[in-house]
Amino acid sequence: MHPAFSVIFLTTLIGAGQGLFLALITGQVYSLANLLAPQDNVRFYAFGSVLALILLVAGLLASFFHLGHPERAWRSAARWRTSWLSREVIVLPLFMALVAAYGLIHYQGWTQPLFSIKGVVDIDASLIAGVLAALLAFALYVCTAMIYASLKFLQEWHSPLTVVNFTLFGLASGFTLAAAFSAWIGVDLVGFYGAWAVAFTLMAAVTRLASLYRNARIKHKSTLQTAIGMRHTTVRQKAQGFMGGAFNTREFFHGRGDGTLKLIRYVFVLLVFIVPVILLGVAWYIHSSWLPLLAFGAQYLGLLCERYFFFTEARHPQNLYYQSMY
Amino acid sequence: MTQLALVIDLNVCVGCHACVTSCKEWNTSGWAGPMSDFHPYDADPTGTFFNRVQTYEVGEFPNTETVHFPKSCLHCEEPPCVPVCPTGASYKREDNGVVLVDYDKCIGCKYCSWACPYGMRELDEKQKVMKKCTLCIDRITDQSLPETERKPACVLACPTSARLFGDVHDPDSEVSVAIREQGGYQLMPEWGTAPANHYLPRRKTRIRIHEDELVRADNPLDKEAIELPDEQGETLDDVAW
Repeated sequence: MHPAFSVIFLTTLIGAGQGLFLALITGQVYSLANLLAPQDNVRFYAFGSVLALILLVAGLLASFFHLGHPERAWRSAARWRTSWLSREVIVLPLFMALVAAYGLIHYQGWTQPLFSIKGVVDIDASLIAGVLAALLAFALYVCTAMIYASLKFLQEWHSPLTVVNFTLFGLASGFTLAAAFSAWIGVDLVGFYGAWAVAFTLMAAVTRLASLYRNARIKHKSTLQTAIGMRHTTVRQKAQGFMGGAFNTREFFHGRGDGTLKLIRYVFVLLVFIVPVILLGVAWYIHSSWLPLLAFGAQYLGLLCERYFFFTEARHPQNLYYQSMY
Repeated sequence: MTQLALVIDLNVCVGCHACVTSCKEWNTSGWAGPMSDFHPYDADPTGTFFNRVQTYEVGEFPNTETVHFPKSCLHCEEPPCVPVCPTGASYKREDNGVVLVDYDKCIGCKYCSWACPYGMRELDEKQKVMKKCTLCIDRITDQSLPETERKPACVLACPTSARLFGDVHDPDSEVSVAIREQGGYQLMPEWGTAPANHYLPRRKTRIRIHEDELVRADNPLDKEAIELPDEQGETLDDVAW
């Protein structure tokens, strides 16, 4: 498939935004359970929510560049019963609204307990909004990934690993960003978020390497023989029906050589999995305020390469009709 | 339920591209148009087409065959492109099974083109909406045309009648009979899309002639040459009645 940068930015930006929000609410739940010191409403939770929102809005804006008719984008909420894309279009704004509400509640300080469970756990408005938003964040990971995983004849994508990878990549980059954010504003949560970020990064490494292994050995169901229905071991294409390009030759071919793809693969494995783990480790050791930021920058750059590679990995069966493009 | 479809006879197609040009001519000036072109007379021409004819060589020289392969939307009975459409712009008509795009609802997200394993959908770079073969829906449903002209432009244009058009759900229709009796098949059956369009395979017409059919066994001129198994004299066959 041809990698579309609009979609690459959409999936990586909202993934990190969701992850950052999940990091914030994790922090709040931990402090509710007295496992962490409570943080400042405005400086940490409200600003953190704004940061997550910026990422989500940026991702949404990027997605509009993918559309031929962005002014009709509102129509895309119509077919949520059958289309994962439609579901994503519904869940994303809902999630953004709840993140905004969560940030606003903390900013305004409306965090007086509304009621408490058994007199021990105090429930306030921010916790209700936050937990609901967290559920939507996970739903959004599923929706985004299922857009790709539900296309059964794109066999490289049609796997549960796609959903797991999208979720873990989002969590890893989000928690890395949370560590960077904490380090930058001087909150003592770098170790907490950094540890989670490393854990998610390592988990993502396992599942992504598993999908790389799977895709390298994939056996495609369709062949040129089934594509045109000729039972012969030797079938050669002599003409594709046109001499210049067409949508079929632009949309479904990445046009990159094996060497370039190999390089991209090495770069993303290095930048997504190895560099951030080392940087976060060093940052935790020397109490650096900017190294976690560098870790996030490296990981995000790596994720752009990863998503690019994700697209080039998928071989669409329609390509069989354009043999000379290989 | 009616399911309109094309049956394309690969045994007859000569690869003249008349279906391609007639399709473009009819549809660019009709309901589905314009089908925009870019640099049509320049170095790198490109444009929107609903129908293409490709050519394949099957076998190793000298035992090769040239197969011309017309390629257009197959109007699947389980179209994978329809449920993925987020707006409902992509739909399958209830009354005749033709898969269509509502150009006023399409947002041009290209997701349906990803979801078609055959690559039969194209984004029109001018109108920025997804387009595909409509089976000339404006023509086949036009009651003001005489019955014989209510057919897709490609079918009417084909000089060798390699393209048949009809209802594949009606067991007695021309297309159903052709599929049944001449080995009609579907493309990429492995995906369960149940394409309505079928292709008729290349077929050879051979007569099997045995040696004894060329040489008359009871030729009276050869009577003396025939050795009888034993001396039995004249048999009943030799008696002139």
